[in-house]
Amino acid sequence: MERKISPSTYLLVYFGLMLLLALTATAAWLPLGPGNTIIAYLVAVAKALLVLIYFMELRISSNLTRLAALGSLVWLILLFSLSLSDFLTRGHTGVPGK
Amino acid sequence: MSSATSNTQAILKEQYDDLPQQREAATFGMWVFLGTEVLLFGGMFLGYTAYRWFYPEAWQHASRHTYYWFGTVNTAVLLTSSLTMALAVSAAQDRPANGSRHGLLRWLLITALLGIAFLGIKLVEYSRDIADRSVPGHGFDVHAYPPADAGPAQLFWSFYWVMTGVHAVHLTVAIGLVLSMVVLTLRNRIWSENDTPVRLTALFWHLVDVIWVFLYPMLYLVGKR
Repeated sequence: MERKISPSTYLLVYFGLMLLLALTATAAWLPLGPGNTIIAYLVAVAKALLVLIYFMELRISSNLTRLAALGSLVWLILLFSLSLSDFLTRGHTGVPGK
Repeated sequence: MSSATSNTQAILKEQYDDLPQQREAATFGMWVFLGTEVLLFGGMFLGYTAYRWFYPEAWQHASRHTYYWFGTVNTAVLLTSSLTMALAVSAAQDRPANGSRHGLLRWLLITALLGIAFLGIKLVEYSRDIADRSVPGHGFDVHAYPPADAGPAQLFWSFYWVMTGVHAVHLTVAIGLVLSMVVLTLRNRIWSENDTPVRLTALFWHLVDVIWVFLYPMLYLVGKR
């Protein structure tokens, strides 16, 4: 409970975040087709994980706190999977309106 | 030693056994609140995703009209502010009762200033967007887009204004929280045993950062190539 994350670790995480920003900002201009979107979202997830695990201290948090954090993700996945299973599959059956 | 004991008694609420338990409850409560924030933005992210799926070309055209450099610089500003916020937490954790508060004050103030810088840059960007007539509605510059895309492009811009607007409101609240931590520090109310207010403020600050980390590629990086 009394564990801490050291300032030098924070600094290292920050350099990682800036590197990822440089990567995504540059990759957006390369002709990669669908790869552009994939890289953009993967980098965003990587940056978010760095912030969540280190800056938001999930690395040294109790399991209860981690569960609360994971809970938001579960609800988000429910929201997206149920809704997008409709929107993203419209027109697949060839029946108008389905 | 006796002053430390009385300090502990002063900050320990009666429903808790000890400070670690009190801290754990506060942290848990904050994360539950952050969950509601994630779902608030999640609804907007979902709407954005569905419409982007329906109108991919319009999304690319519209995103090319956003200001890449404003968005990129602001992402760097906000990531930097998260570092200084984390360093403020470190300073609070390391500060003995009645110890020096210079480090803590410095990181809190730099964090608030970076947040204000973000909002300032965003305001300049907003004024450019308005001058470009990128606001959906009667004034929208439909001639900047192929005829088929002029309608859906306004959907993109609706998401742009609402999502960055709600994010800016959150950042404004976060800046207010950080400034209130400055006041608490000046009143000598933040030290290693009583760092919870700063730690919870930091959690909120970082979440606002995480949301922007996703907004950046969604609004600024679509259709560059």
